[in-house]
Amino acid sequence: MFEILEKESLNPTVTKMVVKAPLIAKKAQPGQFIILRAEENGERIPLTIADYDREAGTITIIFQIVGKTTMRLQDLSVGEPLPTFVGPLGSASEIKGLKKVAVIGGGVGCAIAYPLAKALHEQGTIVHTVTGFRNRDLVILEEAFTKVSDRYELISDDGSTGRKGLVTDVLREWIEQGERYDEVIAIGPLAMMKFVSLLTKRYGIKTIVSMNPIMIDGTGMCGGCRISVGGEVKFACVDGPDFDGHLVDFDEAISRSATYRAFEARKREEYCQLMGKKEA
Amino acid sequence: MANMKLTKTAMSLQDAEIRCHNFEEVALGYKKEEAMEEAMRCLHCAHAPCISGCPVGIQIPSFIEQIAKGNEEEAYRIIALDSALPAVCGRVCPQESQCESKCVRGIKGEAVAIGRLERYAADAHLQKGKQMDGKRQNNGHKIAIVGAGPSGLTCAKDLAMKGYAVTIFEALHEAGGVLVYGIPEFRLPKTIVQHEIEGLKQLGVRIETDMVIGRVISVDELMEEEGYEAVYLASGAGLPRFLHLPGENLKGVYSANEFLTRINLMKAYQQDSETPIQHASKVIVVGGGNVAMDAARCARRLGAEVHIVYRRSMDELPARKEEVEHAQEEGIIFDLLHNPICVHGDENGWIKAVECVRMELGEPDESGRRRPQEVKDSAFLIEADCMIVAIGTSPNPLLHKTTPHLETNAKGGIITDENGATSKQGVFAGGDAVSGAATVILAMGAGKKAAAAIDAYVQEQAIHSKNM
Repeated sequence: MFEILEKESLNPTVTKMVVKAPLIAKKAQPGQFIILRAEENGERIPLTIADYDREAGTITIIFQIVGKTTMRLQDLSVGEPLPTFVGPLGSASEIKGLKKVAVIGGGVGCAIAYPLAKALHEQGTIVHTVTGFRNRDLVILEEAFTKVSDRYELISDDGSTGRKGLVTDVLREWIEQGERYDEVIAIGPLAMMKFVSLLTKRYGIKTIVSMNPIMIDGTGMCGGCRISVGGEVKFACVDGPDFDGHLVDFDEAISRSATYRAFEARKREEYCQLMGKKEA
Repeated sequence: MANMKLTKTAMSLQDAEIRCHNFEEVALGYKKEEAMEEAMRCLHCAHAPCISGCPVGIQIPSFIEQIAKGNEEEAYRIIALDSALPAVCGRVCPQESQCESKCVRGIKGEAVAIGRLERYAADAHLQKGKQMDGKRQNNGHKIAIVGAGPSGLTCAKDLAMKGYAVTIFEALHEAGGVLVYGIPEFRLPKTIVQHEIEGLKQLGVRIETDMVIGRVISVDELMEEEGYEAVYLASGAGLPRFLHLPGENLKGVYSANEFLTRINLMKAYQQDSETPIQHASKVIVVGGGNVAMDAARCARRLGAEVHIVYRRSMDELPARKEEVEHAQEEGIIFDLLHNPICVHGDENGWIKAVECVRMELGEPDESGRRRPQEVKDSAFLIEADCMIVAIGTSPNPLLHKTTPHLETNAKGGIITDENGATSKQGVFAGGDAVSGAATVILAMGAGKKAAAAIDAYVQEQAIHSKNM
């Protein structure tokens, strides 16, 4: 059993949890993920590792409350155990040797973008960061990104904080201003990663995206997480989760991510009724 | 006096009309009188050819003799000397091509129903609710096993019986491997698997779930840092093969592994399950093996019209005859000599039809089966809102990728000698991880052989270090 040691609400829909998992903490690398179940008989869901502490033996996860499983997770308290917490899965992000990188984070994806930005900054890479959120209430890690970024811009869809617009607006401006990046790393909603990749393809800048499709086992067994990359079928759980954004078939990935939308909506509603909660 | 009836004593089945709407067990097993009657058909041949047909070498005539005498517990004890999973094998072994194929009674009439009798003895034992005699004296040696499927469990049992301290590492949250994620409840109830695993724990075997060896701990670390003297790799053939057809990534297209794992391990067939599964109206299952039959019969139970699309004819179907018959009784439609060439989708990215061509059989190929050839201009569409690809699996590459000096063949199988020893000292392997997808009992046979080899290896190392 894997005990929840800390729990912190980052905004109304995003929660950070620190979980005791010494063996995973010993091996975890940025970009890898874990699979958890919030309760016995619960669903298995993948979450990217947001941080790890090898000495304390802990793994940090940051999740957005989107369905029943994440609601159930959110309702667990410090001291309670998670029945399943398996990892580290997937391949680590490759960041060695990069001189200058643009990190683009969207929504809860910023939770995954941040440890990468931090690792890049610590190895001496120049880091330019754009983070985008729907509105002011959903902003996370603003201060943290400021500290590890040589240039930082906050964007919101509705202009309630930072600049109004899209993350791609800023990235395009920076590139047009003459900034030259070895690589762009984009982590966020599929649509955001798609448009960042389309933009950078025009400029010929290598772009890495982090895919988070539906999966069950996380070891290559089910094939549910398959995505098309450069015309080949890849399994995000073992070949990824990082892929070349210029080669990923985002439209297919967006379509596949909606496979169980009706089921998920029904489960969420049932859980809300059971717990006497209002639909978020 | 032997029972000279030419046919097996019938075993009752759940009615096909009813069972295609539930996940309860299809075959209901023998009652005591039926078992005794069937046991009387055994001639107790002096040379016992049946034993040579059993990959784990169960003393078949001896256990059958005990059933004939009404001593099912003694029969169980005899089976358990050689098999770690009697209740499982009695259900899922292809007996018709193993022990029963060697039975003298089969020359004229049907073989003795060895599988059904094995199941009877095991179930009678389970009903008594008691486990085998407990823990053995610890011999002070630690062995690690990777994978809690049939091969790993068998190896663990044999080693534990010899006094080894055995730990099995399992990647999923439940032990059992294909017995829990692959084979459906209606063929192998999960309570039976759990009971067999409980028996192993009573013998002192430790099972650590949620441990992906190669990621959280490497094979080298198991031996160098965790003090395991030998490791048995039984990680199975977990990697699903796809057809690589256009449209194969549409929504509603599953690998058999995913479809079955959702249903069996994650219990998606139950109304209150947290894990979703598509309840399709028309399902195409591509493939003709046991896994294809399992997937088809699960889809049927979820309410679909189900078609098996297979490129050869009935005679070449690799699935067990019994499974094919059960599938047919349940209303599964066999579209034989058909081959899919393209999956068509609707505007929302869901599969809506599978384009197939008709096939005809030509000359035999290297497998001895007649090679299917496409009939020219025969393409046509079968409407379907779900397709399940059940054309086989390959060994999972994770251990190979993360273990230096572990050699594999072109198909990804770990290379071993006849005793299961790999290219790496102290590391043994067996089951589907070596052979590619095969049967439960062959995986168990490999586990048994490896247990003997590991025992010999560890004892030899111990003598060696004493003499140093």
